[in-house]
Formats: sequence, C-alpha cells, structure tokens
Amino acid sequence: MCGIVGLYLKNDKYQSRLGELFSPMMIAMTERGPDSAGFAIYGDAVDSGIKFTLRHEDENYDWEKLAKDIEEALVTKVDWFKNSKVAIFKVKTDADFVENYLHENHPDVLIMSAGTSIEILKEVGLPERIVNMFNLDKMQGTHIIGHTRMATESAVTMAGSHPFSTGMDLCLVHNGSLSNHNRMRQELKRNGIHFDTDNDTEVAAGFLTYRLQQGDSLHQALEHALKELDGFYTFTIGTKDGFAVVRDPIACKPAVIAETDDYVAMASEYQALTTLPGIENAKVWEPEPSTIYAWERGSN
Amino acid sequence: MKTIDLAKQTVRDLNQALHDQAAACTETEWEVLNPKGQHNLAVGLDQKLRVDIKGHAGYYCGGMNKEADIVVHGSAGQGVAENMMSGSVRVKGNASSSAGATSIGGLLVIEGDAGSRCGISMKGSDIVVTGNVGHMSCFMGQAGTLVVCGDAGDALGDSLYEVHIYVKGEVKSLGADCIAKEMRDEHIQELSHLLKRAGVDEDPHAFKRYGSARQLYNFKVDNASAY
Repeated sequence: MCGIVGLYLKNDKYQSRLGELFSPMMIAMTERGPDSAGFAIYGDAVDSGIKFTLRHEDENYDWEKLAKDIEEALVTKVDWFKNSKVAIFKVKTDADFVENYLHENHPDVLIMSAGTSIEILKEVGLPERIVNMFNLDKMQGTHIIGHTRMATESAVTMAGSHPFSTGMDLCLVHNGSLSNHNRMRQELKRNGIHFDTDNDTEVAAGFLTYRLQQGDSLHQALEHALKELDGFYTFTIGTKDGFAVVRDPIACKPAVIAETDDYVAMASEYQALTTLPGIENAKVWEPEPSTIYAWERGSN
Repeated sequence: MKTIDLAKQTVRDLNQALHDQAAACTETEWEVLNPKGQHNLAVGLDQKLRVDIKGHAGYYCGGMNKEADIVVHGSAGQGVAENMMSGSVRVKGNASSSAGATSIGGLLVIEGDAGSRCGISMKGSDIVVTGNVGHMSCFMGQAGTLVVCGDAGDALGDSLYEVHIYVKGEVKSLGADCIAKEMRDEHIQELSHLLKRAGVDEDPHAFKRYGSARQLYNFKVDNASAY
C-alpha cells in the first residue's frame, strides 16, 4: 500500500505555513501507511557550504561535541541545531570532506541527507507521531514530499522508511513494489553504489543516483528508470527547486495532482488534499502512466 | 430533501440511511455535503433515490448501485459505479481508473476524463465519457456500450467480447482482438439514443465503432502470440 504526498509552492504566499499545510496531508494518508513515515523538506537554504541531516540512535547524543570535532578536524565553521534524534549541520566546506570524516571517525552517525536546502526526517511509527516528533507544523520552506509506509518488501525499520536520499538535494518516495530490485542492486553495487538495506525503493534511489553520476539530467534519469525498473510504482522525486512525479506504464498505483495559482500538490488519494486552501477550485487530475511531470521554481 | 453532512456524520451513517430506504422509502431526494474524497459513498443502494454528492468522491462511489440516480458534483476516485446493476451515476468532473468496472446495467456518465481501465470487464452497462479515457479501457468487456467523445489511450478493447465501443477522437492503439468496424444504421441509432439518454450533445456520425474480431474467444494455437 503506502501513501505519498507532495506540496510545491509556486510563490511566497504559503512558505511560512508549509509545514502546517503539509502535516494534515501526511496524517490523512495514515490508513495507507501506518508503520513508518518520513518527509523531505526544502527550505532554510545555505548560501555557501552544505547542510546535512544527521541522525544518531541515542537521543542524548552530544551533537555539540561532534560539531566541535568537525570544526577542528576540517578547519571550518559549523552551525547546528537538534530536532529529536536528528541534527541539522550547516558546514562551510565540501560535502565529501564531511562525509569521509564522519565515515572514518563517527561511523555511528548516519547521514540522512546532504545538500543546500534538503532535510530528510523519518522514523518508525504512526504518521501523526512522526509529524509531532519533528514539529513539522512549525517548519517553513518552498516544497516538501512525504511518505507513509505499509511495508511489503522489507523490514519495518527507520532505514527502510522513505524518503531515500538519491544525491545532493535529491530524494525519492515510492508507492508500490519493484520486482527486479535484487538483480539491479547487484549491478549497481558493481558500479560502486552503496546500499544500507534490502529495500526495493533504495534500489530505485540508487539507480537514480547512478544515472545522475553518469551525467544524466533528472529527466533522462527518470526515462531510464521507466525502461529499467520493473514493477508497480508511483514515484515522487524531490529536487532542489521542485518535485517530479512518475507512474509506471500500467499505472496501478494511484496518484492525484491538484494545481492552483499558488501551489501544486500531489497525493496517493484526494483525501490528503482536502485541507489545502482553495482546493475546492483547484484543477484536479490524475497523472498519465509513463509520463514525467516536473515542477521547478523559476521554470513556470 | 434530506441532507447528510459528512463533516458531522460518518460514511456508515450515510450508507445505512440510504440502505434503510430499500425496505421503506420515506425520502427520495438526498444531498451529501463535505464528501472530501471519502471512499464508498452511496454504495449498495437498492431504491429509486436521487443522491447529490456535493464535492469530490473517493474510491468505489456508487458501487453496486441498483435503481438510484447518483450525481457527483466533483471528481471521483477509482472504481466509480463498479458493478452497478441499474440506475445511473453521473460524475461532473473527472474519474480515476476502473470507472464502471464489471458494471452489469445502468448508465454511467463522466463529464470529464476517465483514467485507465474505464469499463474493464463491463457486463451490460452503458458508459458515456465526454472527455478522454486512459489505457486498457474496456479490457475484457463482455456486454454493453462504451462511448468516448474524446480520445482513447493504448490497448483499447483488449481481449474484447461483445461491448460496442464508439470513439469520436483518436485511439492511441487497439488491444488484442479489437478492430474498427463499420458504422451501420443500427449503430447510429443505438449511439444517438445513448447520447440523448446521457444528455450529451454530439453528432453520432462523427464516431467510429470498434468491436471484437472474435478470434480469441477460444484458444487456438495459431493465436498463442496474441494472448
């Protein structure tokens, strides 16, 4: 099953209320996915350097010490704040330096996302609990995608929940199941892509990461995904400037899109859109199979 | 007229109240407020009622309908009027996939577009779509009529039995064993009558007819590649 939701703001009108508008969308999809939930929010962008979402199993982990360690080791400046089990680190240096440093010196710290504006927050539990845990309704930003999970292909764990990071400022949520993920995981591993779980969606995320590394544009990478990935899926892909929606050629997994002058919203079911302002007069339609829909700031 | 506000009452309250009319009909006009995409609205009705749903409906709206006339003043989710027996369902907006699936009788009118698999395995109903229909529409359709005033997606009428399909616009591709057929007077009459019943103002002469080539009814080894 699973539910996916996305909200992309076309202008500044609702940016201060992004989290508040999105929270009920996530909670409305509880019936489709009650076992875990997560979201990727884009906002609070850094002008220079990189923003990381880091997670540690220990809720009392000493993030301040980690920030100091990074500052000393990499001779850089770190701004950070804590949110439940995660911390947002803004580091004025290259992403690779920080990632290598963490892998070597703090392997217990998980990197959930990296980019200039993305933050990925996800946990096991009911969507309402996760929305409250991270105080989503207070968050601001330009766009956000989310997922409520009913696991079918792999274990119910934080690591197996969505969104999955697919690169700098990129992430993926998925409703459906992939049937060729084992073979594809092996192929991608041979090409240097790292996997943390045996989850099928992580393979789709890894596939997009690989294609983007090969020089594909996001559109080209998604076209390759339509050819190579076998199974049922509706994907929503978060990018730095917007989001994209793709359904498989059979289009068994539901998706509905609503558009007004102020926003584009997508959801597995219309029920998740009913609390949005002006939804009564929105253009509401179902995305076509095998078609890439993308909205990006600056392009429309 | 009886009004049920789904902001205050549940879908079960609504359906129970409508089902109660089967035994003793005390109210024929019903209005449903704040549907907000909820599933299973006005399903399993068995009485000559008029039900106006003021907003968007979720999955399976008007499913298994007998006799009632249901109007959705908005869009409808998957499986609207699935397995309808008689009566009518009219959707003012768009419908999602599998509209009128396995429907046995009655009239389904979609004033916008219908998604994929519209009329899948239909068994005798009449479906009129003012806009387009998605891929695999009328898959394994057994009996009844599907009218599409816009375009049809891929694999229209795949593995078709005896549904009469009329399409005014383009057909992206025909499914296995579905072919274009001659439009004879009897078909113009059938289509005119149905368009009139649906309240759709279109010229029946502008449509093309599609039907079964009847080559896949029984297994023939020569056709193995078509299955």
